[in-house]
Amino acid sequence: MSTTLLLIQTLNGLQLGVLLFLIAAGLTLVFGVMDFINLAHGVQYMLGAYFLAAFAAATGSFALGLALTLAAALLCGVVLERLVLRHLYGRDHLDQVLATFGIILFLNEAVRALWGSAPLHVDIPEALSGAVRLMPGLLYPLYRLVLIGAGLGVALLLYVLVTHTRIGMRVRAGASDAAMVSALGVNVGRLFTLVFGFGAMLAGFAGALAAPILSVEPGMGDNILILAFVVVVIGGIGSVRGAFVAALLVGLVDTLGRSFSTSLMRLVMDSSAAAQAGPALASMLVYVLMALVLAVRPRGLFPASAG
Amino acid sequence: MTAPRPILQLQGLVKHYGRLRVSDDVWLDVAPGETHALIGPNGAGKTTLIGQIAGEIPSDSGRILLDGADVTVERPHRRVHRGLARSFQITRLIGGFSALENVALCAQALEGSSFRFLAPASRDAGLNAAAIAALAETGLAERADIPAGRLSHGEKRQLELAMALVARPKLMVLDEPMAGLGKAETQAMIAVLRRLAGQAAILLVEHDMHAVFALADRISVLVEGRIIASGPPDAIRADAAVRAAYLGEEV
Amino acid sequence: MSISARRSLLPLLLGAGFALVPVVTGGDVYTVNLAIRIMCLAIAAIGLDLILGYGRLVSFGHAAFFGAGAYAVGILSTHGFTSAPLLIGAAILAGAALALPIGAVSLRTRGVYFIMITLAFGQMLFFTATSLSAYGGDDGLSLPARATFLGTDPFGSPLSFHYVVLALLALVYLGGRAIVASRFGRVLRAGGEDERRVIAAGFPITAYRLVAFVIAGGIAGLAGGLYAEFTEFVSPAYLSWQRSGEFIVMVVLGGTGSLHGAVLGAAGVVLLEEWLAEFTEHWRLIFGPLLVLAALAGRDGLARLLGRGTR
Repeated sequence: MSTTLLLIQTLNGLQLGVLLFLIAAGLTLVFGVMDFINLAHGVQYMLGAYFLAAFAAATGSFALGLALTLAAALLCGVVLERLVLRHLYGRDHLDQVLATFGIILFLNEAVRALWGSAPLHVDIPEALSGAVRLMPGLLYPLYRLVLIGAGLGVALLLYVLVTHTRIGMRVRAGASDAAMVSALGVNVGRLFTLVFGFGAMLAGFAGALAAPILSVEPGMGDNILILAFVVVVIGGIGSVRGAFVAALLVGLVDTLGRSFSTSLMRLVMDSSAAAQAGPALASMLVYVLMALVLAVRPRGLFPASAG
Repeated sequence: MTAPRPILQLQGLVKHYGRLRVSDDVWLDVAPGETHALIGPNGAGKTTLIGQIAGEIPSDSGRILLDGADVTVERPHRRVHRGLARSFQITRLIGGFSALENVALCAQALEGSSFRFLAPASRDAGLNAAAIAALAETGLAERADIPAGRLSHGEKRQLELAMALVARPKLMVLDEPMAGLGKAETQAMIAVLRRLAGQAAILLVEHDMHAVFALADRISVLVEGRIIASGPPDAIRADAAVRAAYLGEEV
Repeated sequence: MSISARRSLLPLLLGAGFALVPVVTGGDVYTVNLAIRIMCLAIAAIGLDLILGYGRLVSFGHAAFFGAGAYAVGILSTHGFTSAPLLIGAAILAGAALALPIGAVSLRTRGVYFIMITLAFGQMLFFTATSLSAYGGDDGLSLPARATFLGTDPFGSPLSFHYVVLALLALVYLGGRAIVASRFGRVLRAGGEDERRVIAAGFPITAYRLVAFVIAGGIAGLAGGLYAEFTEFVSPAYLSWQRSGEFIVMVVLGGTGSLHGAVLGAAGVVLLEEWLAEFTEHWRLIFGPLLVLAALAGRDGLARLLGRGTR
């Protein structure tokens, strides 16, 4: 394996990690603050991608499309929260699973009914097309670099928001003790709507960023949702910092595992067996990682509350 | 003189929550057959101490000996098998089970394997007989078939006691068994506990001073995580430090 | 009618209903096949009800064990094995053997963690199945032949298939009832209501839950093996998390913690899907909101509507 390939795959891993973080950040807050299991978070990511495809085509501008997408994703999250989810706070997790599973079925199908089953194509914006020479012999698409940068930027913004603002402090406090926050006179209902809408917007943002480089199709949020769950479990429920570290970890392990597992397996077995075992092993890696973390730290790397 | 080995020994038990020492170097012995009351104002750390004895709350330092064996790091269910039974401050019952089945559940933990998959447990004569006996001892025999969730508060308290009793424990740790009981119910509970005294040692955590002085052979007083006095009821009643710290307003 | 009489009457009616399907329809292949499909899924749903309904553990990876059973049958078939007891035994074993390590890790956690982790491990097995390039990878594999038993062909015709699956469904149901009522089941049920109480009574509750999880995995494996024989085909889609979700929906809508509710739920979901699909290919647009309404109405709301007084 060459250094160039390793570098490229590391960047690809970062890119996946950044997308995962954008999804997992909202997810982990919703879990932490509301003790709510939201399976429908993945469809928010999918909606983000579809919104961008639609708005960018309609306005002819990626930037304008992105702005409209963020607004629409936020709106969707708030509507969903007001209409359905808020009635399920404090209920059995099984009710939450049932309802959000129903929402997934509905939204995946709605997207299929509106846009069809075939993947949509979204162009990379003109200004961000092309590649950058990172070092001799290493070209990397500019858009993907921008994606990584944008993700890291949002992570930083989120970190400042959560640790240094009044609203962030309330959210953090809510993640460890919602009853207490409520007792302090904070309007918990509004706080929940806010957290939920914001989480939906971040997931939509991730979907929009991914739209030009991944295929935009019904159900695209389902698999990434489960990877985001893995991120939340590894990072610790309710911890944005944990989600960040875990997202990068999962992104790197998954991407590097997939590209190098077969060659690594060749070291210990013959090449046809390695061609079989390599991909199988690669697809299991992040879950094995999760199991290992849980074995050592059942509450994740950065448990949000000590109690 | 050789005193019998205590059934429970706490040796310098400590538990911190952050910088707060909730259990602060607690030393306590409970002799076999003794009813030992643990009293103290709210927030003194009684519930934490019970959690440590039962094994739900890990101790930061110190030792817990149960019948001479060091159980400091043993898991809760293992301590039950060594002869420790407990009741909860807020009643914990299997609400969907009948009173009888609640007690039979506890009986089956100590009698035979519970990895039996085919024979119906409700027709296990041995378990049912033990359960009925324990219910009778606490005065609940007639209510055996009522779902636990539908019993009155007083009856739930009695049921918890029967669940502890059926295990034939060497030590029962009772967390405020009188809490929420009316006057008559409290009297009935005192009568039941008096009857049980001698069958097993009892560590009784209780706020009802009338009950404590009626039942206890010895009393220990816990204030801010420390035992400030320990001795027979009369000595405790007379203890100046105890009166100052705690009893003053109540006795 | 007393509750206990009802509790045995409804399962009897269900059993009689399935037994009569071929008779009433004159052996209509479409209907019989529909009944077989329902019964296979019902077996898996009964397994899930053991842990979800009685143990109150929301396992979101049940399809993985179902798929493991299917793949056990599929893989052994391609290697020329045809003995039905061997194949079905292997399916049960595959489900149980996978449930053991997955349960051991997952049961260290509670609540939403448990849901997410079982979901994640299910997904791991899904991807493992897609990477089995020797056995069809993404595309899955077709069974070269159906299993045989002592020179007979139990899965050969829809009719004999129907009654074999019905017999196994009855066996699983009765076995499940025995387990629920046993000493073991009592500990499992009590743990579902109040874990701390059960530990304080002297039970290492996790060990009991793990055994229940493995039993549920084995039952799902059996169901998957039968389903593979039924469709003569195995694919990663059998392990998809949507199918795990469907199993949960079946158990919940049928009414958790009754076993026959799982059968009712399986029938309800499959028939509802078939019925809705007659109106529109986008039937999920209706099915999804129905689930939301069911959850909002209180979990057993729909169960009450569908089968008044079944609980």
